[in-house]
Amino acid sequence: MQFMLLFSRQGKLRLQKWYVPLSDKEKKKITRELVQTVLARKPKMCSFLEWRDLKIVYKRYASLYFCCAIEDQDNELITLEIIHRYVELLDKYFGSVCELDIIFNFEKAYFILDEFLLGGEAQETSKKNVLKAIEQADLLQEVNYSLSLSLPHAVFMV
Amino acid sequence: MPAVSKGDGMRGLAVFISDIRNCKSKEAEIKRINKELANIRSKFKGDKALDGYSKKKYVCKLLFIFLLGHDIDFGHMEAVNLLSSNKYTEKQIGYLFISVLVNSNSELIRLINNAIKNDLSSRNPTFMCLALHCIANVGSREMAEAFAGEIPRILVAGDTMDSVKQSAALCLLRLYRTSPDLVLMGEWTSRVVHLLNDQHMGVVTAAISLITCLSQKNPEEFKTCVSLAVSRLSRIVSSASTDLQDYTYYFVPAPWLSCKLLRLLQCYPPPEDGAVKGRLVECLETILNKAQEPPKSKKVQHSNAKNAILFEAIALIIHYDSEPNLLVRACNQLGQFLQHRETNLRYLALESMCTLASSEFSHEAVKTHIETVINALKTERDVSVRQRAADLLYAMCDRSNAKQIVAEMLSYLETADYSIREEMVLKVAILAEKYAVDYSWYVDTILNLIRIAGDYVSEEVWYRVIQIVINRDDVQGYAAKTVFEALQAPACHENMVKVGGYILGEFGNLIAGDPRSSPLVQFNLLHSKFHLCSVPTRALLLSAYIKFINLFPETKPTIQEVLRCDSQIRNSDVELQQRAVEYLKLSSIASTDVLATVLEEMPPFPERESSILAKLKKKKGPGAVSGNELEEGKREGGELNGAGERPGDSSAIGASNASTPSPSADLLGLRSAAPVSAAPPSAGSLLVDVFSEAGPAAPAAGANDDGFLSSAPPSVVSEDPAPPLPESDELLNKFVCKNNGVLFENQLLQIGVKSEYRQNLGRMYLFYGNKTSVQFVNFTTTVSCPGELQSQLNVQLKPVDPLVEGGAQVQQVINIECLTVFSDAPLLNIKFRYGGALQNLTLKLPVAINKFFQPTEMSSHDFFQRWKQLSQPQQEAQKIFKANHAMDTEVLKAKLLGLGTALLEKVDPNPDNFVCAGVIQTKAQQVGCLLRLEPNAQAQPGEQMYRLTLRSSKDTVAKRLCELLAEQF
Repeated sequence: MQFMLLFSRQGKLRLQKWYVPLSDKEKKKITRELVQTVLARKPKMCSFLEWRDLKIVYKRYASLYFCCAIEDQDNELITLEIIHRYVELLDKYFGSVCELDIIFNFEKAYFILDEFLLGGEAQETSKKNVLKAIEQADLLQEVNYSLSLSLPHAVFMV
Repeated sequence: MPAVSKGDGMRGLAVFISDIRNCKSKEAEIKRINKELANIRSKFKGDKALDGYSKKKYVCKLLFIFLLGHDIDFGHMEAVNLLSSNKYTEKQIGYLFISVLVNSNSELIRLINNAIKNDLSSRNPTFMCLALHCIANVGSREMAEAFAGEIPRILVAGDTMDSVKQSAALCLLRLYRTSPDLVLMGEWTSRVVHLLNDQHMGVVTAAISLITCLSQKNPEEFKTCVSLAVSRLSRIVSSASTDLQDYTYYFVPAPWLSCKLLRLLQCYPPPEDGAVKGRLVECLETILNKAQEPPKSKKVQHSNAKNAILFEAIALIIHYDSEPNLLVRACNQLGQFLQHRETNLRYLALESMCTLASSEFSHEAVKTHIETVINALKTERDVSVRQRAADLLYAMCDRSNAKQIVAEMLSYLETADYSIREEMVLKVAILAEKYAVDYSWYVDTILNLIRIAGDYVSEEVWYRVIQIVINRDDVQGYAAKTVFEALQAPACHENMVKVGGYILGEFGNLIAGDPRSSPLVQFNLLHSKFHLCSVPTRALLLSAYIKFINLFPETKPTIQEVLRCDSQIRNSDVELQQRAVEYLKLSSIASTDVLATVLEEMPPFPERESSILAKLKKKKGPGAVSGNELEEGKREGGELNGAGERPGDSSAIGASNASTPSPSADLLGLRSAAPVSAAPPSAGSLLVDVFSEAGPAAPAAGANDDGFLSSAPPSVVSEDPAPPLPESDELLNKFVCKNNGVLFENQLLQIGVKSEYRQNLGRMYLFYGNKTSVQFVNFTTTVSCPGELQSQLNVQLKPVDPLVEGGAQVQQVINIECLTVFSDAPLLNIKFRYGGALQNLTLKLPVAINKFFQPTEMSSHDFFQRWKQLSQPQQEAQKIFKANHAMDTEVLKAKLLGLGTALLEKVDPNPDNFVCAGVIQTKAQQVGCLLRLEPNAQAQPGEQMYRLTLRSSKDTVAKRLCELLAEQF
């Protein structure tokens, strides 16, 4: 996989993960182009399209589009399920995830993605194992915070 | 959000994000961000040391701002500080910031690498994973240099935790992809293969991606992975859906791992070991069987995962292309999918069947689905699916169904999406040619193409129809009649006018007997289109007119009248004016016999690979057209007596500016040697196929013009100077941007060259080295300036010793004076006897017009002012071409300096572009030249292109320089 983008129906980019070296300018250009292309597609259309020399695999979950760019010999259907597994992981972690969770806890979204995919390849496909790794990290944080005093434990609900 | 409350609610961050979301306008957002940036900056600069939490919070805010799309130019140091925090959460944010916002600041890289090194050796698996994730995310060369040695050790060490192994494997993969030279194979490689046997499915899943990538580059070293992969696959495929616990995904056991295993096997040929192969075939059969079983779940995830494996298995079956039984089963399975209600499956089935169509075992099976595919082309609502259907129709086309498929594609073209029209046109053109049994059908098809989608019919397509008509006399009458009819349409596409002009000019006589298409009617029909056409088309029509004068003497007065009128003979376009003048003169002074000879019917074109096929290949990239198809293309092309030459070449039209081309040469705008039936066959080797990428782009210089340099057949060594070596143009290109180097080398002789230039004078030293131990006798060299070069360049050769001892080197001095601008290179002929055998070779002397450049420095203002002054079309030459070498700024600069111009810094507003200025010094005049080179450096390698623009006060100079330079980058 070359990159993964999450963006809203309004075209706002919520998460970007690049597995190939590109300049910021090029990243912005690609994002603009792809967001436009994908948003222009109608609901019943197929989830795959050719774009430059890559294959784009995308799927919409509620207000968010998940969009992956894979190479010619990569498998489209399994990429669709990569997207789905990532959504499941977010869902399980946040407890019925919504776009706001990803906005306010963007760093968590990145951490979970890093546990699941690395260098554009599936690292760990077991939901349990990925979440275990994240929870362990959260546990480490709690220990640290109980040590460092008087820090706000705010839950910010919108 | 219960889970998030664990740990680190960064209240300040949440407030900030919520503020941003509440901003009503972009301006408000920017204002809020600037306020925050000022705040963070003051905190970072403040005297009070920040605690870890605050630092983390601010770094996180900066990250958020960056991800919103704003630039961040500080905070890197604070992020690096976080890396060495012993609090996990701070470290984690630090790493995230670094991963997203790497900075090539070398000082920072050193600090980052240091922190990573500490974490890698911490033996704390969570820290190690963080560090490995960071390396994998950044993947820079500096990191590869620092860690490419360490990571393999971590990967194969016995005491490494599984999760660390997983990260290490993929981290190494990333480094291998970015810097393969730094990841050295070694003892660890064999142990990596055995990770395929690991009991932890996650480790296998991660490791196999690495193994696949390594196998592609070093198949021999990793081939033991085949049997391991087969046994792993077999265990998964035969397991019950619950055996693999959490690695079962919607009742499908380990779909990701299965796909990766099948993908790995595609790096190798079928296993030789019978048992392994048997086991694998069993697996593939099981996968095909499972596709027929009722689904275990109605969820789309279940069917997607299952079908992902199925498609990967089919890809492997196609890759092996050796099991007819499996191929036919695969085809039947895909056939079912063609009518599936899921659009995704229909899309993939069409795509996968395309590759099946090229296998001899399944081609017939694929063909049975033709009606379904045609239906898909007509009814699919999604353009990407229709595109796949069109591809498949193209792939399944053969003699038996060509007429049906071409007709369907033509009718689809009328409504086809703009994005795919050009490709469709190429495909129709190729199929029509490849499977033409009767050529009237072929001609009809191409004319229909022009009618339906004229704008998308590229030059290659209409050149091709002309080539074929010229080469096949049985179709010429029909072609003339058909174009004549097509031209009757009140509005017809310019491409139709071109084809019509060319064909009637050649074969109008074949239909002239019919009073409805008498010569004058034909002429009037063509001329009625003249004023609506562009310059190149008009030029072609003028040539058709002079051909008419020869074919039909009765049209002579009418046509002369046309040529004589002011709008022709005083046309502001040089090319048109020259044609009008020359043709008028030719028609008035030449006798009928001379005219008949000069304007004789075009001889057949030499056989070449179809230029359209080459174009499609270029468009789709290599691999898009199977080797199979290429061979077939060649074979069929041969049958057609097809040709790759270019009938209406506009650059050859330009060549008629040269004062003395042989008169028959370019009447129809053809490359000079092609139509001269008397041209010796060896001149053919000098013809440039403009479509073949291998061919030099510049028109072959010199020798082909008048047969001036006669042509000893290459096999017989005669005393006459040999024709220039085929590679002499390429050798010449090496010296455009440099003055010294090896000009030529074979088993006997090496020729080195050193040269220096001042003003319009140059001195060249040639060093002839005898590479053998035997002496060369009668060693003589001569330099000749073919054609007009004689009056443009003065070249004097100092004598050279006729005896060159074995192993010795002799030197020769050549003085060069540039009298006026020139295009061709002088020819250097070398003759000597080696062991009694005469050696005779001719090279091009590396002298090009740019050698006489004087660099000119100027300001940005001056540059663009002069640029604007040189705005007439003929003063500019432009080329857009693919980069042949990596876009290295320093290399580019060196080349441009080597060109002889001044490289002007800070002149072009776009810093990626290069501009140069110089004055060419000749005895007769000085010619100012400006150059602009625009790379699209951001493009992927392989997509990188340049646009090169030259402007000069003398038109031929810009054009020549452009040709010379386009070969350099």
